[in-house]
Amino acid sequence: MALLSKKDANLILDPLADNNPITIQVLGICSALAITAELKASVVMALSVLFVLGAGNVVISLLRNVIPSKIRIIVQLVVVATLVIIVDQVLKAFAYELSKTLSVFVGLIITNCIIMGRFEAFALGNGPWKSFLDGIGNALGYGIILVIIGFFRELLGSGTLFGFPVLGDPVTKTGLYALGYENNGFMIIPPAALIVVGIVIWVQRSRNRTLIEEA
Amino acid sequence: MGLKEKLHTFRIKNQDKKWFPVFSGFHTFLFTPNETTHNGTHIKGADDLKRTMNTVVMSLVPCLIFGMFNTGYQHYLALGEIEPVANGFFSAGFWAMDNFLLGLWKVLPLVIVSYGVGLAIEFLFCVIKKHEIEEGYLVTGMLVPLIVPVDLPLWMLAVAVAFGVVIGKEVFGGTGMNILNPALTIRAFLFFAYPTWMSGDKVWVHGAVDTAGTADAISGETVLGFLAQGRTAEMGYSLSDMFFGFIPGSIGETSTLLILLGGLFLVFSKIASWRIMLSAVLGALAMGLIFNSVVDAGWIPEYSKFYTLMSFEYWQHLLVGGLAFGIVFMATDPVTGSQTNQGKWIYGFLIGFLSVMIRVFNPGYPEGVFLAILLMNVFAPTIDHYVVRGNIKKRLKRLKTATIYPKASDEVDALKTETA
Repeated sequence: MALLSKKDANLILDPLADNNPITIQVLGICSALAITAELKASVVMALSVLFVLGAGNVVISLLRNVIPSKIRIIVQLVVVATLVIIVDQVLKAFAYELSKTLSVFVGLIITNCIIMGRFEAFALGNGPWKSFLDGIGNALGYGIILVIIGFFRELLGSGTLFGFPVLGDPVTKTGLYALGYENNGFMIIPPAALIVVGIVIWVQRSRNRTLIEEA
Repeated sequence: MGLKEKLHTFRIKNQDKKWFPVFSGFHTFLFTPNETTHNGTHIKGADDLKRTMNTVVMSLVPCLIFGMFNTGYQHYLALGEIEPVANGFFSAGFWAMDNFLLGLWKVLPLVIVSYGVGLAIEFLFCVIKKHEIEEGYLVTGMLVPLIVPVDLPLWMLAVAVAFGVVIGKEVFGGTGMNILNPALTIRAFLFFAYPTWMSGDKVWVHGAVDTAGTADAISGETVLGFLAQGRTAEMGYSLSDMFFGFIPGSIGETSTLLILLGGLFLVFSKIASWRIMLSAVLGALAMGLIFNSVVDAGWIPEYSKFYTLMSFEYWQHLLVGGLAFGIVFMATDPVTGSQTNQGKWIYGFLIGFLSVMIRVFNPGYPEGVFLAILLMNVFAPTIDHYVVRGNIKKRLKRLKTATIYPKASDEVDALKTETA
């Protein structure tokens, strides 16, 4: 027997591609633009959201029958705020430099539409196991796009990956730089992230034409 | 059977081939196809997109040739091998063969790369989309080499052109559908991606980058660069130098005289809108006057970093930098500019106004023209929208005060009640 039934597997696989939170639902764009100048920050952000969304979905799902529907948004906010504070404190304790780069954007996970969206749309109506899978799937879908953007922006903008120089040294002119190559300063600024997201969306929709909305 | 007929039969035979758009592009570039229409419009104007584009390219050629001479002139002048010219526009020291050959050697590769990369992408997209080749790139390809510094590495230009054509134009649906002027998108990309090659005092004269830091170092500060740093005393350019274009700058933008001629040609051939040009000039003058009067009123102390640029004689803003070039050749782009006549006045005025404002307030971007035009490109549809709305409102108001005769439907109703 497979580890997951086909239906459960789809909960994880769907948001990775055909129902991706960033490229298809166009949620969580702000953080995708703000912190993807470096691959490291993208990965940490993706992991933070993975934790918050996975755990949050389970908690909300467990509480779903006791939350009065009139105040459910407040309860959801309390849950997500608690989890975000945990993430923030852990980052500050173990990766202080990185937490400074991410600055407010860890705190702003609270307002990330993907999280509230999954709570509302899925966790309130499904059991904890399914909600967990759904949370993981959406967080991975978010993370994969972040990593793609971070990869291209760091590679083209700074010539590094995870901080390691992969294209040579721009100061002493080795590797590609010896041939006259230069880093593209445009990739470091947030508008470039918007364009990279646009290109990802373009590539995805031209590979799978059913995703194109009717005009 | 002549060549022309042979091409036509070839055209009909291969209509369904994948490479047909490429052939068709070259064919219609040289000949008018002998296809006749079967319905709808039978008489068409001869000034189709290709002719329009070619007219603009023709008006740019003087700037290009001048840019080649100026490249050589500025280089040899900076090296101290020739004396500055002082005998008016037709000085022999400027129009020397040596100057031209060096310029040709430096500028021609930029033109070839710009056209090569841009047209290749354009052709590729047409083959994929099974469209006819769109000629939009003919002008962009000529504009791009004219608005970049002469020592720009060719690969950077190629990257920027690819970016500008794909992201600036093709994703919106190709020629005629773009929101931003592609040539300026390319320049903006270069400016933000490789700022060290697009600004400073080293890039405007050929050879200045290579010799930087050595004993033979030469500098080629632009007029705006001098002004932004408050070093007016060192600047040895006379007004006629600025007007004729014997100053360092991007390749084709220096000669206000030739830009003016190109602009007149475009106005008389009715390709470009004189409303935009005129209102942009007025806008620049207005902003310049405001700055001048602020200085005259004594509100700006002399040690302020804005003082030199603010006190720069208001009409001279039109002579330096790319303002004139931008106004004549970029702001008037019929696709990205405003379409309504009233809108053109507002659009042009704000371009001139903002250009001078950016120029003065941000010494980091001594050339604000391309930013101002791009910004107004974005606003052009909004301006048009409100102009059209305003017109509708005006006419509705007129309707209220007008005498309205009984409508035909009223008579029908009256007839119905009668017969009932």
